[in-house]
Amino acid sequence: MSHLMEIRDLKITFGGLDALSGLNFHVDEGEIVSVIGPNGAGKTTFFNAITGLVDPTEGNILFDGESILGLDPHQVTGLGIARTFQNVRLFPNMTVLENIMVAQHCRTSQLVFGALLQTAAFKKEEQEIEERAKEVLAFFGSRLVGYRYDQPAFVLSYANRRRLEIARAMATQPRLMLLDEPVAGMNPMETAELTALIGRLRSEWGFTIVMIEHDMRVVRDVSDRVVVLDHGVPIAQGSYDEVSTNPDVVEAYLGRPAEDGT
Amino acid sequence: MSATMTSSTASSSGSPKRAPVADQDWRKIGKWGGLCTLALVLVSLIGMPVGLDRRILIHPILSLGYLSLLWIPLMLGFVVSKQVKLEGVESPDPGGRDLLAGALTGLMGGVGMAVFMLALNTFNLRDPLVNWSPKLLELLNYGRGLGFGVVAWLLACCVLGLLGSAIHVVPADVRRVVSFSAFGLLGIAVLEGAIADLSEGFGLEFLTDSIYAKRGGVTVVWSIVLAVVIGVVSVLTKGRLKAAKANYSGLQGPERKRASRIIFVVTALLTIILPLFLGTIMNELLANVGLFLLLALGLNIVVGLAGILDLGYVAFFAVGGYTTAVLTSPDSPFFAPEMHFAVTLVIVVVFAGIVGLVIGAPVIRMRGDYLAIVTLGFGEIIRLLFMSDWLKPYFGGAQGITNVPGVDLGFITIKGTDPRSVFYLVLVFCALAIYISWRLQASRLGRAWMAIREDEKVAEAMGINTVNTKLLAFVVGAVLASFSGAILVAKVGSVFPNSFMILVSIIILVVVIVGGMGNIAGVLVGSFVLIGILGGPRQPGLLHEFQSFKLLIYGALLVFMMLQRPEGLVPSSRRSQELHQEEFLQDVWLKSEEHEAEEREAEVHAVEVGGAEGNNGGGA
Repeated sequence: MSHLMEIRDLKITFGGLDALSGLNFHVDEGEIVSVIGPNGAGKTTFFNAITGLVDPTEGNILFDGESILGLDPHQVTGLGIARTFQNVRLFPNMTVLENIMVAQHCRTSQLVFGALLQTAAFKKEEQEIEERAKEVLAFFGSRLVGYRYDQPAFVLSYANRRRLEIARAMATQPRLMLLDEPVAGMNPMETAELTALIGRLRSEWGFTIVMIEHDMRVVRDVSDRVVVLDHGVPIAQGSYDEVSTNPDVVEAYLGRPAEDGT
Repeated sequence: MSATMTSSTASSSGSPKRAPVADQDWRKIGKWGGLCTLALVLVSLIGMPVGLDRRILIHPILSLGYLSLLWIPLMLGFVVSKQVKLEGVESPDPGGRDLLAGALTGLMGGVGMAVFMLALNTFNLRDPLVNWSPKLLELLNYGRGLGFGVVAWLLACCVLGLLGSAIHVVPADVRRVVSFSAFGLLGIAVLEGAIADLSEGFGLEFLTDSIYAKRGGVTVVWSIVLAVVIGVVSVLTKGRLKAAKANYSGLQGPERKRASRIIFVVTALLTIILPLFLGTIMNELLANVGLFLLLALGLNIVVGLAGILDLGYVAFFAVGGYTTAVLTSPDSPFFAPEMHFAVTLVIVVVFAGIVGLVIGAPVIRMRGDYLAIVTLGFGEIIRLLFMSDWLKPYFGGAQGITNVPGVDLGFITIKGTDPRSVFYLVLVFCALAIYISWRLQASRLGRAWMAIREDEKVAEAMGINTVNTKLLAFVVGAVLASFSGAILVAKVGSVFPNSFMILVSIIILVVVIVGGMGNIAGVLVGSFVLIGILGGPRQPGLLHEFQSFKLLIYGALLVFMMLQRPEGLVPSSRRSQELHQEEFLQDVWLKSEEHEAEEREAEVHAVEVGGAEGNNGGGA
């Protein structure tokens, strides 16, 4: 069986710096994979490369068996890869509902004339967009519904902004979802809630998820597999328990014990 | 009774506090007083009082020339005594201290003017300063000698400064009535041309003949009467407008729809019927306003919705104009098919679209300032191309193309000599442009533009093809501008490269910004206020005396708006939210507290009832 996404020998160089070197990686349909690693390990660059924001220097990225190298970000999204950003990047002055509606852009098609002539197809599509947006927002319970629909995104609390960002990624109707530190900055209660939601994203919506996360409890609770990056190189792969006891990983995070140092 | 309203905070805490009169912020007074002097002298030296003296507002005492000076001490008196209200800090009641500050500021201006007049009398600096003339001196001292002038200016400035500061001191009701009377009267005086024209159309000349003096300006008696009437009306209608507005926005569903429909029909009827009663000059003015409104609506899509700062917008105006001229005029030097205007329009649309794509394709990948500069360049390039010797055989170079026929509709020919017909033609296209803006705004495309304006990179990552989407905005804007160009050429009957100066782009942009970016109503108001009253780049407005100072006023107005009301005269709610995030957040915060309280109650209720179904992990 072929993988949903497969990355072969990915190398990205910024100037003389190897952000990623020789990364091999794959995700199967329905998996939740966590990518962890210390700061500067190249995790976000890895996401940027997949979504077309950064062009890899070498290597190949296959999605559903086909190379997505050199595609524009919107084409990648069109193929079914959605992402969230580490530092929440909503459209702050658009309303909550609009943020979700606009994310369905690549799944809809009406242009100038439909809008001007108010064709039946246009009205139907608008209605569908709105219904789907509400459906997506309802996934987060009562937090983003009702009076929230018409509030601009900038009034939301930090945790709600994170949720809205996930909702926006959901609205692009992806097969693969890339979450960049989904629980960063949340309190333990919110983290627990969101961890459960990530599980439900797979079980209820059928998304495959690759997640960058620093919170090890979240990583432990939801991931099928963990990949550890350090200095752009994968140093370990496997289940959480395997990885967490791997001496290389411990070293990357905590440093070499003092007596070993030179 | 009303005095307690303004000082409610102080009076509730017992005895009202007043700062001692001598406790002045001298630096502040010095700063604003100095500014007052500078402004007065500067305005005198650029020739405003002399140049605008012919336009009389209140016969025979106040001309626009004097007004151009007198508002300065009034305004600065107002500014100097304005208190910054800080939350949690009880600021002293406005009182004698503020009055003194205003008066002193005005007085400084008066002293400046006195010194200036003495200098005018003694030295002759006419060589570098064109307006340093005996005429200015005579105007400044009312033709009654230097001594009178000096004393008059000292007194007048002092009193005006005092009045300006008094605005803060008097009760809110009085302030309201006085400002209504003053601005109402000013409005009637400024709009003299329009009002006289309109009343003539309705056969009410006798009324305007008595209100306005022969040489122009409201007569003294009538100004008093009108001021009183407006004052009384303002008292009678107090709060009504707000209530009506609140009532309207409170409506929902079908009722709201019906109310909007009524408003729409009434406005539409008025726009269609009113020009019938207007004379040539007013219709000409309206046609100009319409032409610029069409341009502004197009630019509003480009700048206001998609956030592309296009400074070369005039290029498409030119393309529309030249295409029409070449295709319809028999004098077109190279290719003169003499087509009908309607056929031309189709070709104009295609051409404007193509030029939009050609200019847009390389430009659109740039962002922000770079894009602005490059479009500015393209705007000039198009004009220079039309002017060049190289293309002279095709477009006539600097001589342009003349003898462009009007629009022949069979029963009537629309051309510049009949501005009313031009107005109706423009009206049709403006209606079309408004419809296009309105529909596109609330569509998939409109949302995509908004997203691009907010964060282009994220919009791209969310599946929006930013290049194509932005190009589409560019092209829609280009097509609207080309319509305006086509009508302009049919109206004027000729086309010259110099009608498409960079200034046109800038003025349209100012119209959009001052009116309210991203809001159709704002652009409408902006065009009427700026083009209608001040005038376009070449087209005179109601205050055609301002012609030579127009750019100065446009600039000053833009600076003032950016400082005081960056969202524009009639902003879209989105934009005012954006620019006043903090205030908006406070409102929302207060509201959401209510909501949360309600929710909590509902939750408690649900628990009591025993709703076993987990509420989507909401409380996990």
